[in-house]
Amino acid sequence: MGKTQRKRKAPAAKKVGGKGAEKPPAKATGAKTAKKAAPKGAKKTLTNKEKIDLLRRMMEIRGFEDKVFELLGRNILQGASHVYAGQEAVAVGACSAMTERDYATSAHRGHGHCLALGGDLNLMMAELCGKATGYCKGRGGSMHIADVRNRNLGATGIVGGNLPVATGAGLAIQMQGKTGVCLCFFGDGASNEGTFHESLNMAGKWKLPVIYICENNKYGMSVSIERACAVTDICGRAGCYGMMGAKVDGQKVLEVREAVLEAIERARRGDGPTLIEAVTYRYRGHSRSDPRVYRTKQEEEYWQQRDPITLFRDELIGQKLLTNKAFEKLQAEVDSGIAAAERFAVEESPYPDPSEVLDDVYCGWVETDKGLVRIETKG
Amino acid sequence: MPQIMYREAVRDAMAEEMRRDPRVFVMGEDVAIYGGAYGATQGLVEEFGEERVRDTAISEQAIAGAATGAAMCGMRPVAEIMYVDFMTLAMDQFVNQAAKNRYMFGGKTTVPMVLRTEGGAGRSIAAHHSQSLEAWFCHAPGVFVVMPATPYDAKGLLKTCIRDDNPILFIEHKMLYKEKGEVPEEEYLIPLGEAALRRAGGDVTLVGYSRMALLAEEAGRALAEEGVEAEVIDLRCLKPLDVDAILNSVRKTGRLVLCSEGYQEANFVCEIMAKVQEFAFDDLDAPIERVCALNCPVPMSPVLEKEAVPSTEKIVAAAKRTLARQR
Ligand SMILES: Cc1ncc(C[n+]2csc(CCOP(=O)(O)OP(=O)(O)O)c2C)c(N)n1
Ligand SMILES: [Mg+2]
Repeated sequence: MGKTQRKRKAPAAKKVGGKGAEKPPAKATGAKTAKKAAPKGAKKTLTNKEKIDLLRRMMEIRGFEDKVFELLGRNILQGASHVYAGQEAVAVGACSAMTERDYATSAHRGHGHCLALGGDLNLMMAELCGKATGYCKGRGGSMHIADVRNRNLGATGIVGGNLPVATGAGLAIQMQGKTGVCLCFFGDGASNEGTFHESLNMAGKWKLPVIYICENNKYGMSVSIERACAVTDICGRAGCYGMMGAKVDGQKVLEVREAVLEAIERARRGDGPTLIEAVTYRYRGHSRSDPRVYRTKQEEEYWQQRDPITLFRDELIGQKLLTNKAFEKLQAEVDSGIAAAERFAVEESPYPDPSEVLDDVYCGWVETDKGLVRIETKG
Repeated sequence: MPQIMYREAVRDAMAEEMRRDPRVFVMGEDVAIYGGAYGATQGLVEEFGEERVRDTAISEQAIAGAATGAAMCGMRPVAEIMYVDFMTLAMDQFVNQAAKNRYMFGGKTTVPMVLRTEGGAGRSIAAHHSQSLEAWFCHAPGVFVVMPATPYDAKGLLKTCIRDDNPILFIEHKMLYKEKGEVPEEEYLIPLGEAALRRAGGDVTLVGYSRMALLAEEAGRALAEEGVEAEVIDLRCLKPLDVDAILNSVRKTGRLVLCSEGYQEANFVCEIMAKVQEFAFDDLDAPIERVCALNCPVPMSPVLEKEAVPSTEKIVAAAKRTLARQR
């Protein structure tokens, strides 16, 4: 058995995968998969301050999402926003295992990933509001934020659309002989798209450095995983693709972090991809208009009891790394950051200039009445 | 006549056909408990049960392909693809497996299936959820493309589509689901390939379909206030196309404005331009105008989205341009 099982005692954690996943196949694949000397990864142990930073990030995501929900309700925010509240430990735990060499791709419920990757509250809120100052100049909105500086290759409105892209990022890293990895976040529902199968097969065969992180929040819109999947154990599919699989408690930030650290280490060594299933829950409806008739109040309450922020806060308080007073101070700081983002986005930022609507469709060419013409580009 | 919403008309069409024909069934993402992303299947699972109203996994390719296979084997599936933008994932099954089926198998198979989907901009949900991609499917011999604008047409045409033996893409519009219109209680069917005359007039012809037909009608009213009598035609079906309705009107007015929410380049209306110059070249008094979406992915920001897609004002302006041309 791999390390995943031995090291972690948490009840929800279990190593899975068929025989094929136990150890990498003996024969090397066609691609260059020669073992590399283990390069330096993210630090294994966290300082107290770093732990508190993880808590802060989770609180920021929650605060951001609560604000988004409020602005949607007041019709200040247009469009669709899928909020991440309840799942914060997955994004924050996973992204804390990354270094500057690594990439990530995200999906329609992507605000949490963007923030966990170091995203800026102001630029995100402005993007959601369709403002010129937003991450993507207001063209993408909630479901389409990319933050290239933080190696966030972007979210997508197409369920499962980011799995092949993450696979390609892994391919580039491998072909360039680099030691980075790409994290790929997607939902339980996305695991039923063809792109899941095609991507995992390709990555498994070529031993690409991709960490597929399935956030199993039990539903794809209104359809529960039991009603959608022939086999509900998603990480169990890892073995079919010759990769390691791990199931983790997605409400526990350090548990997610540890599983991802281990997967990243394996990928950096040239030992290929991992499929991690993080079991979690989305607190709100799928989107703003969702009345949630497909699930019970009791189920929702059960998960509220396992709130990732409360769990981690209590853990830190229990270890005397945090006091109630310090937590309150943290909350106040987070709240003022969110309020500032709202001000920046709603009040201070302009809408894009409509005359720029045709910019950036192509590289080096621009649309005119008669069609495309070449333009000079800088750099 | 009772007034009902567009989404109720769609739902009623499916319900009536399911009561009438046990081979008809509905499947798609969130069509059962949830009642469809835009509410167009509300109440169906309560009446027909989960056997005939099936929530599927998020697997568009399998939805379109399973509809194809079931149709070949005696069922009459009405499958829902939540957004036309996701037809990209169902594309092979629809345009290769379903569309070409009968022809390539020597006319020995039939594929009586309907894929219901919806398209269009207006909700600030960006380019993965706002496009109008009908032109792609008009480029696939073997399928029909139907795009109703009113509750009356939605119901009558969907019923006809379900009874038809061809694979059909039925594209609703996300901004119309809550629009109300008169729909008779007694049963009726609307034949495929017949346009509807929305307004009679002799000065200029405005042609639209789906939401753009409604905007063209609005443009017609605005022009009337300035003394211009526009004839407004709602195509309702792109394939089969009622080309005579267009030609007859152009013969009368000599001026034509085509309205579509699809991207301008290689838009379906380009096909209409070709047909009009083939069959009514001498009747034209001015170049044909088209009012389409700009050639950029539909942007999210409300100000950009408004700029990128057609509006009543843009249709009125196009009509005035064509009227300003002297023969
Ligand atoms: C290809 C495609 N199909 C369907 C949808 C509509 N849709 C958006 S999110 C969603 C549910 C996705 O479920 P899951 O992957 O579990 O992610 P979650 O919403 O639970 O985070 C659906 C059906 C879509 N956006 N793209
Ligand atoms: Mg889910």
